[in-house]
Amino acid sequence: MNKQRKAIALISGGLDSMLAAKVIQEQGVHVEGINFYTGFCVEGHTHAIRKQNSARPKRNNALWVAEQLGIKLHIIDVVDEYKDVLLNPKFGYGANMNPCLDCKCFMVGKAREWIEQNGFDFIITGEVIGQRPMSQRRDAMAIVARESGGNDLLLRPLCARNLEPSLPERAGWVDRERLLGFNGRSRKPQMALASQYGLTDFAQPAGGCCFLTDASYSHKLVDLWTARQQRDYELDDIMLLKVGRHLRPRPHFKLIIGREEGENKFLEGYRKQFTHLYAEHHTGPLVLIDGMANDADLRLAARLTARFGKGRDLDEVPIIIQHRHGPPQTVVVTPMPEADIPREWYL
Amino acid sequence: MSHYTLDARRLLCPLPVIRTQNKVKELAPGDTLAVICTDPGAQADIPAWCRVHGHTVLEIREQDHELIILIQAGAA
Repeated sequence: MNKQRKAIALISGGLDSMLAAKVIQEQGVHVEGINFYTGFCVEGHTHAIRKQNSARPKRNNALWVAEQLGIKLHIIDVVDEYKDVLLNPKFGYGANMNPCLDCKCFMVGKAREWIEQNGFDFIITGEVIGQRPMSQRRDAMAIVARESGGNDLLLRPLCARNLEPSLPERAGWVDRERLLGFNGRSRKPQMALASQYGLTDFAQPAGGCCFLTDASYSHKLVDLWTARQQRDYELDDIMLLKVGRHLRPRPHFKLIIGREEGENKFLEGYRKQFTHLYAEHHTGPLVLIDGMANDADLRLAARLTARFGKGRDLDEVPIIIQHRHGPPQTVVVTPMPEADIPREWYL
Repeated sequence: MSHYTLDARRLLCPLPVIRTQNKVKELAPGDTLAVICTDPGAQADIPAWCRVHGHTVLEIREQDHELIILIQAGAA
């Protein structure tokens, strides 16, 4: 009797990786999923922060996919290791701060390590030639296979028929004839295959599953590095870039302003680490000060705090400044009129 | 059978899931683990992770704005 082969599938939570895993499962291969947490994932915590997305299902899409496929999912924390990928990308960035090609090499490389440690035979990804401009070109796909060390243990079931046969195909672990030959940006073949499998509920994030592909997020990240004069970050830094309205009135400090209750609640978790402000009597934002603010800066921050609260139309609003160290201080300020806030302060 | 507690307070999903996953690897079948979290996303994600790995969620309760998710480890 032939040994049942085992494959690990990179599961992002989107449709392509789900289909790739399903195609291989259908050939009798034992498939498990692997998902990497970089800290920049759109998945996960972000759905819990803002109330405005409450109509969306509150779920981790990678886990959802695993449940639909009936496979185990291993979620791996790569936050620390990922820093080097983002800060020193060998193949550079995409349209924003997204090092997509290096990222793919890194993840397939981690999957390669995982299969060696866990006795699996090969790796599956949902890549399709031409689907994405940076990491899914034909030449880029060869780079991923080589740089990751995945080499011919890396099988892309959705476009395998357009590529040289990988080891799983040559060795007969999978039947190449039952793999697919998708290419290009059209989503129609994927939708048709999903329909064939009876898969009707799946995530289709417009900008991918990574905040680094987002122009606004990338701008805030570069601003952070510029202000600190250092290209580095901690997990809390990159979490806070996902939340609130960010205004930088001066090079040496910025405000992180909660936009609604969910964000205020999230920012409350950072009160001990940051000087923060809030209106004494009116509903409004919790505002964190990131950087070093002097008395004049804090007064400006208080006027901005008042501007984004319910007291914005009053002549005077008491604002509490809770210094990181020391007692709270109350200042009475005139809310800053919207017209007085320069557009360039908004990050 | 042994009982363990995991403090996942202030961690945002998927970190509570990852910490749970790493802790459960150390458990024997039948052992129980109480995961204490503050991210509401954990209420959906930890049970989903348990379902795909064959572990059982015995109880989810809220206490003082914290979620306590009680898990019983299944066979590896």
